[in-house]
Amino acid sequence: MNEIPTPILADIDEPPADVNRAPKMSARDVSVFYGDKQALKDVSIDIRDDRVTAFIGPSGCGKSTFLRCLNRMNDTIPSARVTGDISLDGQDIYHSNMDVVQLRARVGMVFQKPNPFPKSIYDNVAYGPKIHGLATSKTEMDGIVEKSLKRAGLWDEVKDRLSESGTALSGGQQQRLCIARAIAVDPEVILMDEPCSALDPIATAKIEELIHELRGRYAIAIVTHNMQQAARVSQRTAFFHLGEMVEYGKTSEIFTNPRERRTQDYITGRYG
Amino acid sequence: MATSSGHTLKAFDDDLDRLRALISEMGGLAEHAIREAMRCLQQRDVQGAALIVENDAKLDALEVETERRAVQLIALRAPMAGDLRDVVAALKISGVVERIGDYAKNIAKRVPLLETMGNIEPLSLLPEMARIATEMVHDVLTAFVERDADAALRVMERDNAVDDFYDSIFRTLLTHMMEDPQSIGQSAHLLFIAKNIERAGDHATNIAEMVYYAATGQHMTEAQTGKKP
Repeated sequence: MNEIPTPILADIDEPPADVNRAPKMSARDVSVFYGDKQALKDVSIDIRDDRVTAFIGPSGCGKSTFLRCLNRMNDTIPSARVTGDISLDGQDIYHSNMDVVQLRARVGMVFQKPNPFPKSIYDNVAYGPKIHGLATSKTEMDGIVEKSLKRAGLWDEVKDRLSESGTALSGGQQQRLCIARAIAVDPEVILMDEPCSALDPIATAKIEELIHELRGRYAIAIVTHNMQQAARVSQRTAFFHLGEMVEYGKTSEIFTNPRERRTQDYITGRYG
Repeated sequence: MATSSGHTLKAFDDDLDRLRALISEMGGLAEHAIREAMRCLQQRDVQGAALIVENDAKLDALEVETERRAVQLIALRAPMAGDLRDVVAALKISGVVERIGDYAKNIAKRVPLLETMGNIEPLSLLPEMARIATEMVHDVLTAFVERDADAALRVMERDNAVDDFYDSIFRTLLTHMMEDPQSIGQSAHLLFIAKNIERAGDHATNIAEMVYYAATGQHMTEAQTGKKP
């Protein structure tokens, strides 16, 4: 009798994994305290550059706190204390010899509200490369600006008005400008903290398409309250609740067959 | 995996309940149709059989309504995880139940052709076979409404009894046909009827697999489905 081949359970939108490639970032037993209050409990997760990783969970669950640990944004909060290990390419990012400015160039961030500088579109993108000395000539800088705006899917809309103010753009364009600004310093990781929550559906779709395009080139971690968005853009999803990472897994599994009761209740809309 | 409580959005629960109620209603009609078909066959009730054929349209209409509601629910509520599996299961189950109704209709259509038949032995086996099959349909749909994976597994086990009945009826009818070639036509009709009931039992087991997946997120193993390798 002929052997029946085992069906290949391929996932929608899941590129084949390069198992030999080490994760871009690794977090192990990361806890965060604001004063006496523990906001994050022993989170361990890998962020890979061939996957988009989404963090979901109700407000106050610790997902943004964790995201901000990945480029040491919590350093700016005096009462915040981070324990555990986070490494970028195997290098401890909380080590005393880590240059935080360099770290944030390698691990860029896009925020909830688009926050372009009150400068020209060109200067918004050129600002990072300039302070990091990435361009030696005007021509080279022009190239960086054009490439970054192209990758952010904004070039065609702004190429004839690069000297206009970045704040004059629409909300969606401003957010793509911020992504271009993050890309301009050639980062390895891009962190996004609810990048679409202030945008309309069309602008949101453009950002999501952009995330799709950028996957593989950068390791991307995104915090979102919109579960449909997590389902649309990510290949891995982590669910946070009350400072714990309750469940981490393939996005396709988290949204069809979560293992944990709390995940199921949250994603099906049964909390509260 | 069972869920803790109702949705924060109560209308979502109402929509899911209504979908489950539709499946229950379809199941009730299909069961009734098979039972009635058996009664009409036993009593050679040609008019009753005609009514079964007529009433099948209700089942078809309910299937359309189930599909409409399921599609609407997916579009408007964006169900996830267990909810999503439930809605997809409801969509598939409604098609299968409609099919079971067709088998009842098929049996009913044969009643006028068997009006003059004597009370032969296989005829007394059919109602018992049909009783097990309709119970399977009833129990598996209850399992769906209650999201009870264990109950779905228990339904699977009973399909063997239906299959055994079919084999037994098949052999008896063959003997009957050989002994009395005059009865071949009627015996063939009875054989088709037995086959229709056997198919209804098989469909109940298919539904059991859908219920099991909807309730647990896991597919039944080969051992659980009882499929021979």
